[in-house]
Amino acid sequence: MKDEKKKKIVKSIRINVDKCNGCRACEVVCSAFHSNPKYSSNNPARSRIRVIRDPLADIFVPVYAGEYAVAECAGRDKYTIDGKEYDECAFCRASCPSRDLFKEPDSGLPLKCDMCESDPTLERPLCVEWCLNDALIFEEREVDDEDDVKQEELEIGLESLANKYGIQKLAEIIAKMSESKKG
Amino acid sequence: MRYAETGFNLEIDLTRGNIERVATDPRDTELYLGGLGTNAKILWDRVAPEVDAFSPENLLIFAAGLLCGTPAPGCNRTIVSTISPQTKLMAFSMMGGFWAPELKYAGYDKVILRGKSPKLVYILIHNDKVEIRDASHLSGKGAVETQELLRAELKEPKAQVAAIGLAGENKVFFASIEQGRSSASRGGIGAVMGDKGVKAIVVRGTKDVNMAQPAEYMKLCNDVLKYIKFRNENPIPGVMPILAGLGSPQEMRVHDEKWHTENFMWGNSRHRRKDFWNDDVEKEWTNTMDKARTRLISCYNCPMQCGATISMPGLPTYMMKCFSKLTYTMAAMSNLDFGLKIAQRATEYGVDGFSAPQVMAFALELLENGILTDKDFEGMPTDNDGKFYWLLDRIVRREGIGDILANGTYWAAEQIGNGANAFAHNNIKKHEQLPLKLSMLNPIYFLMYSTGEKINITQIEGQFPQAPWPTMEEREEFVKDWFQVPDDKFKQILLDWEPRGEKSMPLYPTVQMCCDIVDWQERMHYIDDALGMCSGLSSFPLKPPYHIHNYPKFISLGAGIEMDEEKLTNAAKRYRTLVRAINISRGMRRKDEKPPENHWKKRFPELEKELLDTYYKFKGWNNDGIPTKEYLNEMGLGYVAEEFQKRGIYSETESASSKETSTNNETN
Repeated sequence: MKDEKKKKIVKSIRINVDKCNGCRACEVVCSAFHSNPKYSSNNPARSRIRVIRDPLADIFVPVYAGEYAVAECAGRDKYTIDGKEYDECAFCRASCPSRDLFKEPDSGLPLKCDMCESDPTLERPLCVEWCLNDALIFEEREVDDEDDVKQEELEIGLESLANKYGIQKLAEIIAKMSESKKG
Repeated sequence: MRYAETGFNLEIDLTRGNIERVATDPRDTELYLGGLGTNAKILWDRVAPEVDAFSPENLLIFAAGLLCGTPAPGCNRTIVSTISPQTKLMAFSMMGGFWAPELKYAGYDKVILRGKSPKLVYILIHNDKVEIRDASHLSGKGAVETQELLRAELKEPKAQVAAIGLAGENKVFFASIEQGRSSASRGGIGAVMGDKGVKAIVVRGTKDVNMAQPAEYMKLCNDVLKYIKFRNENPIPGVMPILAGLGSPQEMRVHDEKWHTENFMWGNSRHRRKDFWNDDVEKEWTNTMDKARTRLISCYNCPMQCGATISMPGLPTYMMKCFSKLTYTMAAMSNLDFGLKIAQRATEYGVDGFSAPQVMAFALELLENGILTDKDFEGMPTDNDGKFYWLLDRIVRREGIGDILANGTYWAAEQIGNGANAFAHNNIKKHEQLPLKLSMLNPIYFLMYSTGEKINITQIEGQFPQAPWPTMEEREEFVKDWFQVPDDKFKQILLDWEPRGEKSMPLYPTVQMCCDIVDWQERMHYIDDALGMCSGLSSFPLKPPYHIHNYPKFISLGAGIEMDEEKLTNAAKRYRTLVRAINISRGMRRKDEKPPENHWKKRFPELEKELLDTYYKFKGWNNDGIPTKEYLNEMGLGYVAEEFQKRGIYSETESASSKETSTNNETN
């Protein structure tokens, strides 16, 4: 029992930009699904997946919304792949102050993909379901829970702190921290 | 609350610079649906028959179909309606792409332009903010270029832009409106936009479109997607590849052009090249297309891939679809490399891909036959391809002979005289047609060509197979899951239809059957044009996902308007009749309703007369093609009957022959 590693499910959407025909059906069905009541309204501006589209430059990148970022990055990225220059932050999934992507158009509140969480559970997120060109493929896989590895990493970190400040000092600080958390 | 539609139109008076947001009457939606239907109603109400295409009183209406902006797959059509400078009748060209849904999300169903701007402007629509802005810096810019420049200048990469090129600015009678990978090309509506001084309309919308019965509507959409998947995996056997699947003819995907190049006409719709397609040509053209085509693309919310991005060496990338792949190549008797290169320039200029090549081939034919002379073509290069580039440049600038050619083959021939009209031989109602010349009369196509008011065969045909299958097994196989038919009698017609013998063309399908078939095909197109549906998923291909049985549900569940097959059929009949009423009030009569003389070699005048007589009666029109008082009243169009009465249209003599030349004279 003890030796058995813990497992968890990772859900991912494999995005094949070469297969995207740029139709934005993913945006359509996402905004419909997440309206309230369900499917009652349509508005791609509320969608949690957007296709970054520049047909003449052959750029078609479906990006789905990730975490909300309070502040923008100190530096921004701009990719050139196979001679195609992508928009600034094109591949980033964050709802971030630097751009208007993944925000409710009225309130500005951030949007985040929830993989179409619903009861009963859907087989696949709807953007994947509606992409008949297979630019979006849903994958679910079981992976080892990374707890053990993290334990190791923590030890390495603490050891370097102990080396720098001395084990005594470190122990005192930890004791103080746990005291204040209890209090 | 209004469902599927927004309930608001934008009324823009370009003369005064006035912009209004006007609520529409929901009763009109019930009677005329939306898109083409309500456009026709507005044109009937507000544009008198005396108003010329280039009069400030002419309206230019951009409408999003009733179901655009909902999740119905493939529903993305913008229906542009106005009075055509070329036909002088109602033009209702359509474009796919992304513009119509964006307009809905901005909160409008239509943009209605009237008056004329004193200087070149563009219109910016961003939700509630609507502005008329100076476009002097865009004057002379390409139609594709303009879309890119505006998006960059406004920092709105998600905005959708409909724009004209130089041809529209110079009022070329076959100028188009371009948008993304799509264009509204037929009837010269780009010229009307240019005449109004509008270079482009930019739309950006972030509002909701609401559904009446959300979950049920979504189920219909899912069923459609499922059926599209099924049809993609199960092409129809025994027909040529472009008729086997869904979507627009898959010209961007296929390399085998044997059928088009050997059956369609080359030059000025003159020469058939029966042994054109061989291994060398196939190799060369496949290579050209493979190198040019970057990606197959689609319109808004559609899984098909009917368009493509095309990059020819040294030229800017542009987007193309369907048969414009071959129109320039074949008009110039050249190769695909030339066709794809000149189409890039033509797309930037914004011209119709059917009319423009034909006009140029017509001009060169006039030169060959001494009707025009070298003096008219001073400065024209001597190489074949070069001639076409030179002519295109003259036409869109209206320079020299180009000024005459810019009016299309019919009007150019009138102006040139000297027998030139024999060379303007491929028109219907003054509008250039597909370069097709066939052997024996096809009664179904005869009726569609004659009475179609879209004046473009690809937008009238569909649904019923173009030719019978040779064996009964094949026919039975086809009808077995043919649930799209409005009535089982169509299955029987198909089962009995033989390639040869007693039950073959032109006497079978019988006259009555032909009326039924044509009426069904036309009805489906008219419904598409009101709802904003791409005909490639509906009225054009065999066994489409949208049909007369599921459309009423889409309308009831989507727009919240109670609908059944009969009510929908009546609505379609109503606005189809309104389109005819507009054209009748503009002088169109039976004498105008005929295919090009040489379209078929073998004609049957008596049968043709019987076909037209019977079809007119079937449609509720009198023997001159005018909707009868009784029929108009039955359709709830009493106001049309009154107007006809007032204008003396009914008191004209019933004999069509006595006024054979009347429209020609009055328009000169």
